[in-house]
Amino acid sequence: MTTFTPITSDEALSTVGWAVAEGSLLEIVGHGSKRGIGRPLQTEHTLDLSKLTGVTLYEPAELVLSARSGTPLAEIEKLLADNGQQLAFEPMDYGPLLGGEQGRGTIGGVLGANLSGPRRLKAGAARDHILGVKVVSGRGEAFKSGGRVVKNVTGYDMSKLMANSWGTLAVFTDVTFKVLPAAETEVTLAVRGLLDDAAASAMALALGSSAEVSSAAHLPERIAARVAGGALGSDAATLLRVEGFGPSVAYRIAALKTLLGRAGSLEEIPGEASRLIWRDVRDIRPFADGSEKPVWRVSMTPSQGHQMVLTLRMQAAVSAFYDWQGGLVWLRMEEGDPEAALLRGLLRKHGGGHATLVRAAPAHRAALPVFEPQPPALAALSLRLKQEFDPKNILNPGRMA
Amino acid sequence: MSGLAMPEPDDATMRRRDEIVADMRIIVPGEGVVDAANAMRAFESDGLTAYRQLPLVVVLPETVAQVSRVLKYCNDRNIRVVPRGSGTSLSGGALPLEDAVLLVMSRFNRILAIDFPNRIVVAQPGVTNLGITTAVEQEGFYYAPDPSSQIACSIGGNVAENSGGVHCLKYGLTANNVLGIEMVLMNGEVVRLGGSHLDAEGYDLLGVMTGSEGLLGVVTEVTVRILKKPETARALLIGFPTSEQGGQCVADIIGAGIIPGGMEMMDRPAIHAAEDFVHAGYPLDVEALLIVELDGPGVEVDHLITAVEAIAISNGSTTCRISQSEQERLSFWAGRKAAFPAVGRISPDYYCMDGTIPRKELPRVLAGMRELSEKYGLGVANVFHAGDGNLHPLILYDANVPGELDKAESFGADILRLCVKVGGVLTGEHGVGVEKRDLMPEMFNQVDLDQQMRVKCAFDPNHLLNPGKVFPQLRRCAELGRMHISGGKLPFPDIPRF
Repeated sequence: MTTFTPITSDEALSTVGWAVAEGSLLEIVGHGSKRGIGRPLQTEHTLDLSKLTGVTLYEPAELVLSARSGTPLAEIEKLLADNGQQLAFEPMDYGPLLGGEQGRGTIGGVLGANLSGPRRLKAGAARDHILGVKVVSGRGEAFKSGGRVVKNVTGYDMSKLMANSWGTLAVFTDVTFKVLPAAETEVTLAVRGLLDDAAASAMALALGSSAEVSSAAHLPERIAARVAGGALGSDAATLLRVEGFGPSVAYRIAALKTLLGRAGSLEEIPGEASRLIWRDVRDIRPFADGSEKPVWRVSMTPSQGHQMVLTLRMQAAVSAFYDWQGGLVWLRMEEGDPEAALLRGLLRKHGGGHATLVRAAPAHRAALPVFEPQPPALAALSLRLKQEFDPKNILNPGRMA
Repeated sequence: MSGLAMPEPDDATMRRRDEIVADMRIIVPGEGVVDAANAMRAFESDGLTAYRQLPLVVVLPETVAQVSRVLKYCNDRNIRVVPRGSGTSLSGGALPLEDAVLLVMSRFNRILAIDFPNRIVVAQPGVTNLGITTAVEQEGFYYAPDPSSQIACSIGGNVAENSGGVHCLKYGLTANNVLGIEMVLMNGEVVRLGGSHLDAEGYDLLGVMTGSEGLLGVVTEVTVRILKKPETARALLIGFPTSEQGGQCVADIIGAGIIPGGMEMMDRPAIHAAEDFVHAGYPLDVEALLIVELDGPGVEVDHLITAVEAIAISNGSTTCRISQSEQERLSFWAGRKAAFPAVGRISPDYYCMDGTIPRKELPRVLAGMRELSEKYGLGVANVFHAGDGNLHPLILYDANVPGELDKAESFGADILRLCVKVGGVLTGEHGVGVEKRDLMPEMFNQVDLDQQMRVKCAFDPNHLLNPGKVFPQLRRCAELGRMHISGGKLPFPDIPRF
């Protein structure tokens, strides 16, 4: 067991080149904050990118930032915040859920896991903001894709191909992201006491209005108490976030109040209190219980989310809450069995999507497909791509299998 | 056709043309197969009209099963296929090949589903971009990407080209607004990517397909996100004595945290051509004209108009008009939207380029263009998506003057080289196609290009789908597949290890 810790791109390249020649298997890690996701690896060696760090270009007026892949996300977010900017896709932090520290993770991991957050609804995910990459493939070839400008259709968008590849296609050495101004003001409107179906209707109504709601989540009764240190109390909370310039936010919140006045009792949650709530929704804080109870991340048609959960509850004990207008369902399986076949069967009956087992004991992760199995033609296509970039299967072998 | 090398026609395919046409008629009965030269003439070119070529045969399928059968038939017999949507590509993406079936998707023209609670529309690929908005606007919704050809271009073509438009800084490109597609691979397999949920599980093949210029698969269904129309929109029309001041104004607007719905710049030749054509009331004594459009609730728009006006004045604007009515807002846009035909009036022909640059390099690139303009003896007018640095130089030439097209193309190539040199790219939204194919090595080395070809090999290992586009030179997939391993030593023995 050797851990390689390159501090330059060339060293990363030579490490992969050596592994290719030797046929040695490599686990690719940054801070290891998401190491518990995916099928457990059994590699001889580790390629640790946490020393390949540094912001190499940041031009706020051009809306662009480049960094070495091992640069801490926290460092980048601080730099952006100091300049009134942000990664608009609001990358989540799996640390609390997986029993790790809060605030870990590298910018490379953000792309590799295609992270996003509650603002995904309006602003997209990492894949929507990546402008360019430099990587080393599993053939030991260093190459680049994309560029540093925000509009570019020159050649295939291989940067997007790297998003959500979980270190199985290439080792990232440099990434370039589009950055955006941070909102001046944020206010959350909470509708209290709604059952899941009424919440789904309220969120659809809000998102279908011109209030430009940037995030919409529903925390059912009791789950609501587990965010922001209990600030919301335990009544169900349907949360609608509005961001922008002060006068605009005030106007749009007022419009939402008129729209939803009869849906339930309304609370306005301004500024920092709003930010704390959304950070905890983003980081799945209600299920960050220090246990290994299985947790699923399900992306599906928004209006179908609560219906699938209703059916699921008839056959399994689950806790659930919803982000993305109901299209992102977080599920904790209370009896310890992931119930993968049951859940995925129901998902197919409710419009399709994908279910990822983001937390589970290693035995479950070894025995079950952590990522949603693909239909045969798509699975074969994905495998052909993997073989093109990592023909010897040396990069994170089996992690996405 | 100027000196552009396309793949050599395959003799065996050319000899079997009658048989292929007959087989296509079996797969696509009725009027879906066109083989008469005069009827195929309508398909010989796309929006890049300098290049023309009659295809082997034109096939217009109506069902996914037909698309699948056509592709499998061609794959099994080593016959090339060129897909085509509405044929509005400005880079020759749909240019036919002499020995290729031209697969025209225009009969896939139905909207399949409209789902307001989830804000999605499912459309067949031949539906026009504007057709999607038209289908949902009675409920106050629209589809955000708005390429200038939106009245004609198809949503399937938008996926192939990852089309943008004047609103894409704020609302994103096609890639950011498409949730799912159904497509057919060259081997006839039907694959669905994404759907009415967000993000892909597994590799982001939807991201790769978007902007792949018809080389990876044929799109047969598209699911897009629709948005509620902003309550209102107002625009500012701002003139500057220099392009530097205009550029700094754009930087300061973004620096103030404002992302306008649209932000367009024109240079002096473009301003004059547009004003002569549509009489929009543009100032003629400025070097740069900026249109900034703010959209959203009225209170937000009013707030931001005031902020942008102050930024403009602080950057030395010599004129700054604020639209007081919808009619006036449209008049500000009238000149910009008519810029291409306006330039068409002052020159027999024009050649539209599409580089993107880091915005701060604008003055340097404009100066470089003026030098090139003198060197080639051809005029150039510039329109610029200022927010995202996407530059559209329009090179003026006369195709009837021998050698002038070649000169215009060389001029254009030099402009794109300049864009790459200052940190930009060859194409912001029009695609590589045949037009910029041979310039790809300006931006990518052979190893970079090989990786893109590896993607191609996973989708279409025999290079049968739209060959001759995007890649300057296709390498056989078997050759790319070889591993080049040089020893097993670590050249950096001092890497820390634990």
